[in-house]
Amino acid sequence: MLEGPQLAIALALAGSLHWLAVGLAGLAAPQSLFWVARILFPLGALGGLAMAAAGMVALPLEPGTAILPLGLPDLPFHVRVDALSAFFLVLLGIASVGVSIFSAGYFRAGHGTAPGLLCIQYHVFLASMALVLVADDAYLFMVAWETMALSSYFLVTSNHRIPEIRRAGFLYLLIAHVGAVAILLSYGVLQAGQGDYVFGSMRAHPPEGGWAATAFVLALFGFGAKAGLLPLHVWLPEAHPAAPSPVSALMSGVMLKTAIYGLLRVTFDLLGAPQWWWGVLTLVLGLLTAVFGVMFAAVQTDMKRLLAYSSIENIGVVLIAIGLAITFRAYAMPLLAALALTAALYHCINHALFKSLLFLATGSVLHSTRERNLGKLGGLIHSMPSVAFFALIGALAIAGIPPLNGFVSEWLLLQAFLATPSLPNSYLNMLIPLGAAALTLAAGLAGYVMVKFYGVIFLGQPREPALARAHDAGWLERLGMAWLVAGCVALGLLPLKVVTILDPVNNLLLAQTLGETAARSGWLFITGLAPERASYSPLIVFCGMLAVVAATFLVVRFRYDCRLRRGDPWDCGYPGLTPRMQDTAEGFGQPIKQIFEPMFRIERQLPTPFDERPVYRATADDHFWYWAYLPIARLTERVSRWIGVLQHGRISLYLLYSLATLVVLLLVVS
Amino acid sequence: MSAAIGIQLAQAVLVVMLAPLFAGWVNQCRAWLQNRRGPGLLQPYRVLRKLFHKDAVLAHRASFLFRATPYIRFGCMVLAAYIIPTLASGLPISPAADVIALVGIFALGRVFMALAAMDIGTAFGTMGARREMLVAFLAEPALLMVFFTPALISQSTSLSTIVHTLAYQPFVIHPGLAFAAIAFLMVLLAENARIPIDNPATHLELTMIHEALMLEYSARHLALMDWASNLKLLAYTTIGLALFVPWGIAKALDGSALWVALLCLLAKLAVAGAALALLETLSAKLRIFRAPEFLAMAFLLAVLGLLTHVLLEGAA
Repeated sequence: MLEGPQLAIALALAGSLHWLAVGLAGLAAPQSLFWVARILFPLGALGGLAMAAAGMVALPLEPGTAILPLGLPDLPFHVRVDALSAFFLVLLGIASVGVSIFSAGYFRAGHGTAPGLLCIQYHVFLASMALVLVADDAYLFMVAWETMALSSYFLVTSNHRIPEIRRAGFLYLLIAHVGAVAILLSYGVLQAGQGDYVFGSMRAHPPEGGWAATAFVLALFGFGAKAGLLPLHVWLPEAHPAAPSPVSALMSGVMLKTAIYGLLRVTFDLLGAPQWWWGVLTLVLGLLTAVFGVMFAAVQTDMKRLLAYSSIENIGVVLIAIGLAITFRAYAMPLLAALALTAALYHCINHALFKSLLFLATGSVLHSTRERNLGKLGGLIHSMPSVAFFALIGALAIAGIPPLNGFVSEWLLLQAFLATPSLPNSYLNMLIPLGAAALTLAAGLAGYVMVKFYGVIFLGQPREPALARAHDAGWLERLGMAWLVAGCVALGLLPLKVVTILDPVNNLLLAQTLGETAARSGWLFITGLAPERASYSPLIVFCGMLAVVAATFLVVRFRYDCRLRRGDPWDCGYPGLTPRMQDTAEGFGQPIKQIFEPMFRIERQLPTPFDERPVYRATADDHFWYWAYLPIARLTERVSRWIGVLQHGRISLYLLYSLATLVVLLLVVS
Repeated sequence: MSAAIGIQLAQAVLVVMLAPLFAGWVNQCRAWLQNRRGPGLLQPYRVLRKLFHKDAVLAHRASFLFRATPYIRFGCMVLAAYIIPTLASGLPISPAADVIALVGIFALGRVFMALAAMDIGTAFGTMGARREMLVAFLAEPALLMVFFTPALISQSTSLSTIVHTLAYQPFVIHPGLAFAAIAFLMVLLAENARIPIDNPATHLELTMIHEALMLEYSARHLALMDWASNLKLLAYTTIGLALFVPWGIAKALDGSALWVALLCLLAKLAVAGAALALLETLSAKLRIFRAPEFLAMAFLLAVLGLLTHVLLEGAA
């Protein structure tokens, strides 16, 4: 019988194998929707449970390692499950259970890739993410990382008949590979000339000084490209809307977190003591990413693009926390570093839950209305009540409203910020409050974005007559979303439990635990550093709220005569109310566009008074496209044209090249 | 312990009952300043009573969200009344929520209110929701930044501890607090729909924010919303009093200190209400697109306060 870490490794590997087998089973009847959706996807959810179980088993234990009889000769795959990978395995497992159950009811026949192929891509994607998390050498890590990128590329382009989707997929693939090259180089620096790519030996001989900084910057760039760090974020708002909704949910909820995992692994585990500016760099980039992402989310008109930009914001928040943790660690303040790292991990799992939930909700809306454009939705709370309820919880959670989970990580992060004046560097002491200001601004805007998202889709009058035919999601879809909602609520109400569970990660990476400090006021409360500094008890807040609401309701109910009449809306006495009079998504985003105008590249096409058919169009684009990406693309094209001079397509010419090369080589050798 | 819980309950009941009176006092002062006689201090109570007795009319399209919102918003404000140390610090519920959670609780009420305004799908409702969120997304960070200065001074985000530090430690001048106080005043005006951001007395559709959100409410729902707004004004005022003029709030939970605290509170509220009315009478309402500038100013002042504190006292 396996025990301890070995059991966790066995469970994780069995889960991956199970996923691969389920994927391959999809090929047995690739066109049969019943086989794939109703049988294989729920089976895939079992793999998710195995992952979550593996993670929960391994979290409090010492790291366990194993060598797989796979890989190249003399270069076997090493696997290792420690607290860090265990935490992310839990995250992967919990999120994938919800998404897999949802997918069982979601995939329909008729468009794009056959269901069987989707099934294999989806499960290979899941298995490769699990392997990324358990890899213990750069070789297995990169193989799994690339499998993850490729399988998700195929999933993104599953509706490949649409040119925009092919383009989005290409952009994703490109940035994923630029990032992968940087990661590979980072590992190259980390192995420090020993030629041994096992993480254990990298850990034993961390590079020094400039080389360490190089490895860190490369890792930040590479993992940042996958996570959507500014300025490498451009693929996110293209790829997320293109993919089917469960895939968007997985990519946004889980895949971005594998990049966070990689960054934590390299920075906290493989590299030795950090230099202080690493933390500041990460912090500043995180702040820019968060503010940028939320600002762009506010002006989007496509519901999935809005969520994609909101993912950029959340990754920014996670990086802010990681930046703080690195800074504290560099100044040898492990308790504060543990607080910041806890905030980062907490936010990771929060984001995995509520962002997956919201993407799934958009999937249900999309299926029921065939509409992604916010300008053509509205009033769905009546026709899709359960989806509307789940999405409400998700939107409140992501907006950081107590007593849900988004608030807890925000609270922890602000507590970490409030501890920064104890840093011994006076410049940082001055600058970091500005960071707190930017973070709170992003949090405030997130509330704006979520009111827009929820209000425009689910509230008000339907903006199109076709919406009257919208119907609620099926029971499997609802079950999947309910699973994630339960997660959001549980993580919101029981923060101390969560912090205690993820505490071994702090112990592993910082040799410092937060559990005792966080628990000092008893199980009801969570305290940041000390009870007299701050404490928060979501359960008391929630129960108090519930009690007050119930008491008010009962008093009003029995004290007064509660008659109710339905009538037309008052609207200041105006009778001819039409759906067109509501704010559109553009209208709701307009104040943000106006206030932060320099941040956007706004193009307005306004009609003249003499136009027969006036057209209004205003787009808010990303400056980065025009400042960075298009110039680089043009440069690349020019360089390839120069190289293209060599190519004429005549075989004699190519033979001549070979001969010339041979002669030159012979000259060099002799 | 039971005495503490009793005081806790008494404080909440007092605040909830006092809130309409405070609103009436501000209105009365405004009326005096404008050479009117005014409707009297008790007018808000009469309005509430009238509204509670009426039959509610609900739009056909109103969903459960619309009906639940008045209760949720009222609940948020009552909860805030429990948390804020109005009469005494160190009450049993104070560890449950610190200032950050308090900001979150206000946000909960606000988000529900904005969503409910969008629920019917009227032009004014959505416009009001958009404007409310516009004010909020700038006011909320400003408020947090305001709180951070006293939080850094007292090394705690718990309101109770902050009050304790500021009121009962030997008096020290904290220059950062001056900036924070001005910023807080600006946030208070914006968040409570006062002039110069919004006019609580207006019913001219295009200029209003707060009233536009509640246009579709009637009877008991409207009464709860109004009461919640009164509570919110009182909550913000008592937060301001607790942070910037904390003297008088009872430290020990004994009878005489509490009576002193109650008298101090009433006196401070009377002055604060009159000052608020004066401020409103003296200023003019801003155009809606000047509101972000006003709030950005508050935000910057709050950040400046924080920086001043870090620069001058950070080393300590």
